[in-house]
Amino acid sequence: MTKKKGVLEFIAEHRFLHILLSILMGFLVGAVFLVIMGLSVGEAYGKLISSVTNLKGFSYVIVYSIPYIVVGLSVAFSFKTGVFNIGAEGQFVMGSMAAACVGILCSGLPGIILIPLCFIAAMIAGAFWGLIVASLKTKWGINEVLSMIMFNWIAFYFSNYIAGIPAIHSDGTAEATKNVAAQARTLFPNSFIQRFNLAPTFNWGFIVAVIVTIVIWFIIEKTTLGYQLKAVGSNKNAALYGGIGVNKSILTSLGISGALAGLGGALQLLGMGGRISVFSSQEGFGFAGIVVALIGCSNPFGVLAAGIFYGALNYGGSKLNLVGVPTQLISVIVGTVVFFISISIIFERLKYVGTKLHRDTPKKPAVPEKAEGSDKK
Amino acid sequence: MTNIVNNLGIIIYATLIYMTPLTYAALGSCFSEVSGVVNIGIEGMMTAGAFTGTVVAYFTGSPWIGFFCGGLAGMLFGALHAFATVKLGADQTISGTAINMLGPGIVIMLARVMFDSTDTIPLDSTMKIPRLFKGLFDTSTVFGRFLDNVFANYASTYLVFVAVIIVWFVFYKTRFGLRLRACGEHPQACETLGIDVIKMRFLCVSISGFLAGLGGACVTMAISNQFRPISIVGQGFIAIAAVIFGKFRPHGALLGCLLFGLCSGLKVVLGGSSGVNMQILSMIPYAVTVIVLILFVGSAHVPSANGKPFVRTK
Repeated sequence: MTKKKGVLEFIAEHRFLHILLSILMGFLVGAVFLVIMGLSVGEAYGKLISSVTNLKGFSYVIVYSIPYIVVGLSVAFSFKTGVFNIGAEGQFVMGSMAAACVGILCSGLPGIILIPLCFIAAMIAGAFWGLIVASLKTKWGINEVLSMIMFNWIAFYFSNYIAGIPAIHSDGTAEATKNVAAQARTLFPNSFIQRFNLAPTFNWGFIVAVIVTIVIWFIIEKTTLGYQLKAVGSNKNAALYGGIGVNKSILTSLGISGALAGLGGALQLLGMGGRISVFSSQEGFGFAGIVVALIGCSNPFGVLAAGIFYGALNYGGSKLNLVGVPTQLISVIVGTVVFFISISIIFERLKYVGTKLHRDTPKKPAVPEKAEGSDKK
Repeated sequence: MTNIVNNLGIIIYATLIYMTPLTYAALGSCFSEVSGVVNIGIEGMMTAGAFTGTVVAYFTGSPWIGFFCGGLAGMLFGALHAFATVKLGADQTISGTAINMLGPGIVIMLARVMFDSTDTIPLDSTMKIPRLFKGLFDTSTVFGRFLDNVFANYASTYLVFVAVIIVWFVFYKTRFGLRLRACGEHPQACETLGIDVIKMRFLCVSISGFLAGLGGACVTMAISNQFRPISIVGQGFIAIAAVIFGKFRPHGALLGCLLFGLCSGLKVVLGGSSGVNMQILSMIPYAVTVIVLILFVGSAHVPSANGKPFVRTK
């Protein structure tokens, strides 16, 4: 360790820098594609930036980011326990469907009761969906990735089925549910939105998302439960030896993760559309959550920032058509960012090159874990 | 009676048509997973193959060149995944997720630039993968019509059965297959025996991409006749599920794909005649997969080194 710290070592030690570099690479590769396709880089990126840097645009970004943040937290939480919650999509769908049912069927209740009721119903539905998969794994050893993929589709069709039930289905011709009761919506007052000229769907969801972020951070870093879950995530056998029930941890982790994804569904429903359409393909919020969790390094506050970043890209991306640039540029940029995050491990390895510590090359930096939560012992 | 035989023929036809792209992709997934590399990027590789297949067929007029190029496009993304995960030791799930975004992102962007639309121009029937035995049977008799239905499939369907046999042979009857499986179980032991794990895995993940690309090309060149952004929606993931279902064996994966295809086929036939809700029917393939898994299959042995980056120790 007598060597001077080089630039590479500095980068290696700061995970935040990996992410920034990856984002930079994402935009760089995006630019290369634009040039290859004969489109103007300045125009495309100019539009991207200009559409999110005014108050109205930014309020849209906030609205867009709400489900990304909450589902991102859901996936990040499961990562901590070493489970890959690819089933967040299904849990999200179940959550938003449960919230819609409550919001439609209990329309007589005042908003102050109805909104929490919707949230609770969504969280129960999401948790239930996660727990089915978890118990399949713990009881019968069914691979969770497989059952999550299956349950995503079952949730998708189930939601479409529920939307078709007469008591829920729209009275009009729309292939959708009825609107939830007006008092169940989480929108800001209309006068406030108009005064500041914000997005018409500007809603309280973001505040909920921030609170959830703090709560999840607290659970992971400051509670015994969080410590146990992380222990299982980093080394199952060691955790078992230390007296932590692995099966119970998987159930807890997927239960909480599912509840979060379900809550994301409710926030999206009550904030944005107010009703659920009959879809022909999955909406991909679960997938977005995975991406956000990865960019946010599975750290709750990282996820918060990554969610806003992803929301900004998606909102900005939806405006790209105006300058004749395909919206899919966003997928290329984000895909590249994620790709470079995946290979940012080489930085960590470079750290060892200088210090001749090949033997201890970390095996699995997959889910970036922070070991310093171990103040218990 | 006539009706039953007729329906049976349609069910078999539908089963085969659904299972074809899944099986190509599942074989691809087998290659990657068994060699020790998790590949959830199958979906993205399929999309790349689906787009490239139709575009090449459209410009060359030859379905077979298109089909092959679809495979190559998948292979390109497979190689990208291999480069990250095998050469650089990247996290396999993260890299796969990236592929799933890059694949569709790039090809739909290309479609927009080339065709001014997210869809490609529909292929003429001569540019599609041919139906080999269509019109060979006398449809005036009940049995003839049954056979006509069963054998109405595209050449890609018959080819996939050949592919399963070849992959099975390679896996279990060749030295290459033995080494491939060993790489997924204990890469360190392989290295001590002089097997180049990194080269093996790179090759396997690339083959994986090639097969996934073929699977994607089946969707747009046989089942449908053009690429649309919704051409590949989840088939890649279903293929991965089929592989886990089949306990990471090519013939097991075929069984998983057949089961899934059969349920989808039943859905088509039942959906037309019975009064059962279409959404409920659509759930059947997924629910049946889980139930069969609980009742008959149980937990699978995942290749021991699956998902773990292999780092050479000096």
